[in-house]
Amino acid sequence: MEQFRITNLQTLEAESIHILREVVAEFERPVMLYSVGKDSSVMVRLAQKAFHPGKIPFPLLHVDTGMKFPEMYAFRDRFCHEIGADLVVDRHDEAISAGANPWDWGTFKCCAALKTQALLNALRAGRWDAAFGGARRDEEKSRAKERIYSFRDARGQWDPKNQRPELWSLYNGCINKGESIRVFPLSNWTELDIWHYIRMEHIQVVPMYFAKQRDVIVHEGRLIPIGEHTRPPAGQTPQSVMCRFRTLGCYPCTGAIRSAATTVTEIIQEMMTERNSERITRLIDHDRDSSMEEKKKEGYF
Amino acid sequence: MATTLESLLQENRDADLLRFTTAGSVDDGKSTLIGRLLHDSKAIYDDQLAAIQKDSRKLNREEVDLALLTDGLKSEREQGITIDVAYRYFSTPRRRFIIADTPGHVQYTRNMATGASTANLAIILIDARNGVLTQSKRHGFIASLLGIPHILVAINKMDLVDYSEATYERIREEYANFAAKLGFRDLAFIPISALRGDNVVHPSSHMPWYKGVSLITHLETVHIAGDRNLIDLRFPVQYVNRPNLDFRGYCGTVASGVLRVGDEIMALPSGKTTRVKSIVTFDGPLAYAFPPQSVTVCLEGELDVSRGDVLVHPRNQPHVEREVEAMLVWMDETPFELGKPYWIKHLTQTVRGTFAELVYRVDPNELHREKTDCLELNEVGRVTLELFRPIMCDEYARNRATGSFIVIDPASNRTVGAGMIIERTGRRTAAVHAAAPMSRNITTDASLVSPQSRAAILRQRPATLWLTGLSGSGKSTIARNLEVRLLAAGHACCVLDGDNLRQGLNRDLGFSPDDRAENIRRVAEVARLFNDSGLIVITAFISPYRADRDQARQIIGPDAFLEVFVDASLAVCEKRDPKGHYAKARAGTIESFTGVSAPYESPEKPDLVLPTATLSVDDVVDRLMVELTRRGFLSPSHPAS
Repeated sequence: MEQFRITNLQTLEAESIHILREVVAEFERPVMLYSVGKDSSVMVRLAQKAFHPGKIPFPLLHVDTGMKFPEMYAFRDRFCHEIGADLVVDRHDEAISAGANPWDWGTFKCCAALKTQALLNALRAGRWDAAFGGARRDEEKSRAKERIYSFRDARGQWDPKNQRPELWSLYNGCINKGESIRVFPLSNWTELDIWHYIRMEHIQVVPMYFAKQRDVIVHEGRLIPIGEHTRPPAGQTPQSVMCRFRTLGCYPCTGAIRSAATTVTEIIQEMMTERNSERITRLIDHDRDSSMEEKKKEGYF
Repeated sequence: MATTLESLLQENRDADLLRFTTAGSVDDGKSTLIGRLLHDSKAIYDDQLAAIQKDSRKLNREEVDLALLTDGLKSEREQGITIDVAYRYFSTPRRRFIIADTPGHVQYTRNMATGASTANLAIILIDARNGVLTQSKRHGFIASLLGIPHILVAINKMDLVDYSEATYERIREEYANFAAKLGFRDLAFIPISALRGDNVVHPSSHMPWYKGVSLITHLETVHIAGDRNLIDLRFPVQYVNRPNLDFRGYCGTVASGVLRVGDEIMALPSGKTTRVKSIVTFDGPLAYAFPPQSVTVCLEGELDVSRGDVLVHPRNQPHVEREVEAMLVWMDETPFELGKPYWIKHLTQTVRGTFAELVYRVDPNELHREKTDCLELNEVGRVTLELFRPIMCDEYARNRATGSFIVIDPASNRTVGAGMIIERTGRRTAAVHAAAPMSRNITTDASLVSPQSRAAILRQRPATLWLTGLSGSGKSTIARNLEVRLLAAGHACCVLDGDNLRQGLNRDLGFSPDDRAENIRRVAEVARLFNDSGLIVITAFISPYRADRDQARQIIGPDAFLEVFVDASLAVCEKRDPKGHYAKARAGTIESFTGVSAPYESPEKPDLVLPTATLSVDDVVDRLMVELTRRGFLSPSHPAS
């Protein structure tokens, strides 16, 4: 007997696949920004689905700050190799050799150089006219108004007050030379949807998402991981805490949360009772009011 | 234990999705309502709440301002207004929700149209202190223009009018009267206080006179699976996947209808036909695909199909047109220009087009039509669009995917307009008349008996009472009882219904829109013949499409045709479910069932409305007899027997 029921996840998946195909059909040089995190893992799976039985018809671009966790690099290389993806790694070497880091430069300036500028340079160098990003509208207030096709001028800037209206599933990909579109196929997914999908589809994610005993510094309620180059606040000593990472960024700016969730199922269970939004562990958002909006206007993802 | 967790997770994962939009004027409390929904359904995290508490203090607000949750952009928070569509997400155990929060001030048409385009439901907020304002009407107009299937009018700030039932009823009645012109399929009203939380998530103790459900319960239970068009197969080819010489697949999202392996399909615009060989997905092959699934289709043989083409069933084709009429919402500061070439994006093709005519502009307040030669930002008009290449389209009212397009200005690359294709006046009915004018003249002219002499002998003027309404609304019961009453009074009449027509004359017809149209056309022709021989005809057919009923009116003749709306809500009909059809339709064993998986278009100006939820059969028949007499169909001097 035929059934025509469709669940939330099936709806979201179909919508994302539609967006991925539309971009590949209409743009000359699409690229997918790959950040190694869980959303990227899901986005890559959706791309596999969209072009099955063919390969993903565009490269994955990792804009590397050089300050990711070692587990992330290991995962990235293995994951991309296993699925046969074409991985391009790019970074802003000038800023890195000039000594960019959040302790000396401040997080705002460090991000501007190693993420925003690095991304703009990479997109320009690659002449990519469409770049997929894994951002979701539920992540942060200013993202709630982001279009699925987000127009960027020749400088990569976003004008939140002058966005193209977006109706039905008819996306306007018209641009002039030098301009580009950032495309967000996961716009309508929530963090919980992402985890349900990872569980249902058995998608691989960086093991840092799962809880284990880790050496961290406990500072003002935050759990700061200890890495090779970490500069712990004076007088603090590391302690072993059962914790996991809810989001993955650069190690100086990413905090862990106390958690005993060692499996995807346990993470979902935890999510269903979680009382804090995921970006609380990203230190960068707390720089100042509306900090994300400022960054996005300049071209940050 | 593990099973419980497993089933809990599965339930959470498999919930369905409702997209809704909210419309209200600046002070109607829209952001507060959304904040309240997010807050009371526990979709707000502690750190987000802490952030708005901090912001509320900074902005000198007395209480925690829940509106700050949705007013995302910095400039908006400073000005205290929402300037762009913002999307919000929350869920309850029953359903996931996406809210398109659209602002109510100057840019409202553009923004609301954007939010409305993908919505299953619209919440229209009205401030109980102010009643129905111009804006509330505009919001209803845009919701109807964009074809939102379900409308919920939330009458807010009830706390400021002492929770007065009279105030609520007055507003409800006024808005319902206005909305009757817009022909909504599903219109509901709820009295709330977003600020205090009355009837938002929890039922209010302040309004014991209100017997309905809370707003969130309404959102959780409104039936949306039937909003999809599962009848007319339209598969726009989005991308041709050719990874190697052995594989050629056509990728796309099923816009409407059901595509099955083995189906004979036609590729448009070429008109070439073949069969569906397989439906390919990453997760394995499918036997059939339906909206909104994104799949890859392989076809038998070599057929030249490319992006922009549409796969359909040969017996159910869309219009293939170079010229369409549409309602157009203008969305840009640069005014609309007749004759200027624009890009038109429709389904998966982008075609050059020019507007040949601006027929009229709609005044959204009173819905009047105004002659004009210009459309400005946020204005709506009816236009004729000429295209450089044909598009495969349907009327928007029947198919939101194939009936919609966007307009792109080639100079600025901006999206400047959004169009909804409408049926061209008279075309279809004109074709029907053109096909058979001769036989018509012969029938009337060849008869040696004049209609007047028939009427004198039978003491009645022939008429067709066209009963329309959902399955289970009571059409057949009314028809049979009226027949008894008329015969008892000595009148000659007969009943046409599915039982006597579908089994014989119309046995070859199914339930696709085309077959339904043909069914209705034949019923109308039969009714006309019976009318010609002097009989009063009572027809009892769901006849869900306005266009089909209009055609019947033309065939029978407007003087003899009475459109009777047997008005019972879907909920009432489903509860009655005399033939068990609804249960089967819900279970998916009946396809294309009106109200569940196929649309019902209520009459816009019925000659008579019979609310069968509140009237007895006898009352209804009394009313019909009175109406027939009043209109002079039954001779008043006829002796009752």
